[in-house]
Amino acid sequence: MTAEAPTKVIGKALKRREDPQLIVGQGNFLDDIKLAGMVHAVVLRSPYAHARIRSIDTSRAQAHPGVVAVFTGEDMLDINPLPCAWAAAGGRVQNNLNTPRALAVGEVHFAGDAVALVLAEDRYVARDAADLIDVDYEPLGVVVDARKAVEPGAPQLHENAPNNVIFKWDCGDAAATDAAIGSAEVVVREEIINQRLLPTPMETRGALARYESSTGEYTLWTTSQAPHVMRLLLTAFVFGIPEPKLRVISPNVGGGFGQKIFCYNDMAFTMWASKKIGRPVKFVEDRSENFKYSTAGRDHISDVEIAGTRDGQITGLRVQTYANLGAYISTIAPGIPTTLYGRIITGVYKIPAAYAHVTGVYTNTAMVDAYRGAGRPEASYLIERMIDRFAAEIGMDPAEVRRRNFIQPQDFPYHNGMGLLPYDSGNYEPALNRALEMVGYADFRAEQARARAEGRYLGVGLSSYVEICGVAPSAWIGLPGEGWGAGLWESANVRVHLTGQVVVTTGSLPHGQGLETTFAQLVADELGVAYENVVVEHSDTAGTPFGYGTYGSRSAAVGGTAIVKSTAKIKEKARRLAAHMLEASVDDVVFEDGKAYVRGSPDRSKSIGEIALQASVAYSLPEGMEPFLDETTYYDPPNCTFPFGTHIALVEVDGETGAVTLQRYVGVDDVGTVINPLIVDGQLHGGIAQGVAQALFERGVYDDNGQLVTGTLMDYAIPVASSLPSYELDRTVTPSPVNPMGVKGAGEAGTIGSAQAVMNAVIDALAPFGVKHLQMPATAERVWKAMHG
Amino acid sequence: MIPAAFEYFAPGSVAEAIGLLEQHGDEAKLLAGGHSLLPALKLRLSQPGVLIDISRVAELHGIEAGDRLSIGAATTYAAIASDPAVLGGCAVLAECAGQIGDIQVRNRGTLGGALAHADPAADLPAVVLALDAAIAVQGPAGARSISADDMFVEMLTTALEPNEVVTRVTFPVLGAGEGASYAKLKHPASRYAIVGVAAYVRLHADGSVAAARVAVTGAGPRAERQHATESALVGSAGDAAAIAAAAELAGESMEYLGDIHASETYRRAMVKVYTRRALEQAVARARG
Ligand SMILES: Cc1cc2nc3c(=O)[nH]c(=O)nc-3n(C[C@H](O)[C@H](O)[C@H](O)COP(=O)(O)OP(=O)(O)OC[C@H]3O[C@@H](n4cnc5c(N)ncnc54)[C@H](O)[C@@H]3O)c2cc1C
Repeated sequence: MTAEAPTKVIGKALKRREDPQLIVGQGNFLDDIKLAGMVHAVVLRSPYAHARIRSIDTSRAQAHPGVVAVFTGEDMLDINPLPCAWAAAGGRVQNNLNTPRALAVGEVHFAGDAVALVLAEDRYVARDAADLIDVDYEPLGVVVDARKAVEPGAPQLHENAPNNVIFKWDCGDAAATDAAIGSAEVVVREEIINQRLLPTPMETRGALARYESSTGEYTLWTTSQAPHVMRLLLTAFVFGIPEPKLRVISPNVGGGFGQKIFCYNDMAFTMWASKKIGRPVKFVEDRSENFKYSTAGRDHISDVEIAGTRDGQITGLRVQTYANLGAYISTIAPGIPTTLYGRIITGVYKIPAAYAHVTGVYTNTAMVDAYRGAGRPEASYLIERMIDRFAAEIGMDPAEVRRRNFIQPQDFPYHNGMGLLPYDSGNYEPALNRALEMVGYADFRAEQARARAEGRYLGVGLSSYVEICGVAPSAWIGLPGEGWGAGLWESANVRVHLTGQVVVTTGSLPHGQGLETTFAQLVADELGVAYENVVVEHSDTAGTPFGYGTYGSRSAAVGGTAIVKSTAKIKEKARRLAAHMLEASVDDVVFEDGKAYVRGSPDRSKSIGEIALQASVAYSLPEGMEPFLDETTYYDPPNCTFPFGTHIALVEVDGETGAVTLQRYVGVDDVGTVINPLIVDGQLHGGIAQGVAQALFERGVYDDNGQLVTGTLMDYAIPVASSLPSYELDRTVTPSPVNPMGVKGAGEAGTIGSAQAVMNAVIDALAPFGVKHLQMPATAERVWKAMHG
Repeated sequence: MIPAAFEYFAPGSVAEAIGLLEQHGDEAKLLAGGHSLLPALKLRLSQPGVLIDISRVAELHGIEAGDRLSIGAATTYAAIASDPAVLGGCAVLAECAGQIGDIQVRNRGTLGGALAHADPAADLPAVVLALDAAIAVQGPAGARSISADDMFVEMLTTALEPNEVVTRVTFPVLGAGEGASYAKLKHPASRYAIVGVAAYVRLHADGSVAAARVAVTGAGPRAERQHATESALVGSAGDAAAIAAAAELAGESMEYLGDIHASETYRRAMVKVYTRRALEQAVARARG
């Protein structure tokens, strides 16, 4: 029996197989899980942004009916502080680290810091009892702004961090940059602020831990993008217990955007408390807690100078950034404003001399760590804003300045001189040209002039971006390089069962990216089996090989390659087994489109199903061959991948109110080979929404007392469908040479490319008012002040 | 965001609701759409021991058309925004109700709740003032009517006496020569009004302005009539110049609120802009 090979599915816009379950409400999220005997945890949080804890009296709470136990930080001293897995420069520069404990001990450092834990029969009782805990605080001085925090006399957060400095890190060539700026025809200076954002995943975070005294084993269900990493950190660093004593499971995860990569105190205190009381313990944040406690993103203040010639050649870029990392160091926080930011600060341009200096700073605010794009949005916003600033200064079309400074196709692989692995491949001008054509750039200026005459202010904004995907190579990220201390390789196991069904297990952790679909598409084509016959399993440390999880747009480039390599091994074994079955020489057998056949006589063939059956029943295998088609790969890529593109926004500003309307949004992205265009577009759409929202709506604001002013969704403005236009997307395809599929990554490109397109458009619209720069978000009032102030 | 414990009642009539209010005193609160009350409960800004849910009391529902439109207090914004009688006779009310919050808010929030709560940024109080609506209430002492001008006393404070329930609100049916409009600058997160202006005009046959009522919400602690603007407009030709001049007088004697989304200065300027826009639209509608 030789079935026809199924049609190829790579490149097809298949609907995501994960969606029906979620749409009909059959998803299984953390808060859906209920275990026998489970108790509910509520955290008492500090109302002060900085205070000494003089005393805590839990007696009234303990006596409250329904309360099972109340704990404070002093009870949990046997839990180590949470680990920092990524010190700046791998610790080759001094890092003054202070990581959070399960609960604060002695002092609280931000409003929302965890002070006590109440366990009760239900969540309502636990919450009531939290109000009965009496804490005597001695308020201390507060600082929330990174620039102010490093000034002499500012309130100090931690003894080991004088002037609240966590690290000072730099990259590039300081002397050459000073020289370039010193001798330049034109130098433009600007303060560029990349405001704090609150990631706001639809599902908040949490953890449910069960300890079994009979085996000494823990199971932890948690909203994590990286369950294997959580197991490693919690066992080896936080508790000092053998790794097999903990199983970590990520159920359905309702959005992460980076916030769910990290190791959080709730993972530790639910595990600890479960062992202590002998019952499962569940903690799920409410929305306010997610805003107050879980990590935020961005929050940079930068002084930037860009230098060049009057005819549009950029000659130098100097950046001094203060990165606000909050009150403690979150899991990979120092790596974001250094490795993933400073090293790509020159963007898509050949800048002969560039230098970035970053000061990581403690403030009395929630921790800051990776948020969709993680460092690259900050970098692309900064360079793209400065390119426009420079273009305006010399009176040149911003598209032309971009063109004159682009890295050229023949320059790849391209070393940007900032300590990055070389950009893998790129061709920037076609994406720019296509985007300009789509918006009708040539005609826009005339329309803009007409509108201005009527008192309507139109603006166009360009953004040509490049970013870093597949952050994994040990050659770069591992010791003694950038500080992760390990390569972030990914794993995949592929098995072809007796029935011909293919089971893939991966260390990646899909939580909205559609990887079950994408990975199945890859395997179906590689092995020549029907797409429906491939299942992708993930999310449970007990059932999957160790992997580093999903973030940094790495899962296709790194996790996907691991899968393809496993399928290659399977095909090779299948070929050898088929030769045996066909009584042919191995050298004469080829595997193609789901079957192995003898070269020159395609009728003498065995399908993958027949081969799998033979491999499984195993009664006649070649000498020395093990039964079963089952192959695992641990893949450490040689380089990252570097997607790019040009985004263009068209806006109209209401001259009377300052209200900005985003009229059109065009994006031409190059994410390498596209496995599933529907999924890629979906990722871009969501990403663009987040970037547009940074430009126009979102900002996490603390007042001078360290209170989060934007602490609810009534004040923190997330984008909604009605505030966005329909995007017009197209792409160019420049395959990556780094991996066999040629994929680059699409999870963050939309966010990385978009904020500056919108801001450049708003500022372009305001040109008649002499406006040169505006900080994000461009709220109606800010724009109005820029016009009328 | 976990509320404190409360007892829950769902009375079948207004009289029963009033009885429960009297019985439980300060402990009790009426619950209508819950879209102001529930957030307050979840943040523990409010911890009433008893909730009396009037959202399903039949006599508080329904829109009755006649000389005036009579709308039950528990009618949702969504029902108002899509009601043919409202769209035909008092379209500005639908225009306003249709802009409140988002779909979820409009499907739950009620006319009576919005007026009784008197949030400084609520939309409907402006329209109620501009149209001179009458608010019918019932309490332990019987039924009475509160005029729009008397209703909004201070931030979150109305002329309602303790244990009084808003039962119905009556609005005029606009005829020939009359026009009204609601213009709003939305809060970027909540969609509440940063500035909302409702304008009503009646024109003489020659097109000059016979009557005008203008009310501003969102900008200050309570929704307020703009008497200076109204007086400047009445008797004028109602042309662009007259409207612009009248709008310049808006908000001059108001108290303002300010926050990270909009400062006092900005709100002050926007009151004038939105007053002009609302008036232009109202006059255009009145001219047909
Ligand atoms: C996300 C969000 C966005 C919103 N956006 C807007 C907006 O853009 N514009 C806007 O105007 N509003 C907005 N709101 C508020 C919304 O309109 C509320 O529905 C309204 O303020 C209260 O009406 P309710 O029926 O929900 O009342 P509830 O919340 O149930 O009650 C509010 C108060 O009124 C009292 N009350 C209710 N009904 C009566 C009655 N018949 N008699 C006497 N007292 C009564 C209650 O006891 C309570 O004190 C928003 C709310 C949310 C959550």
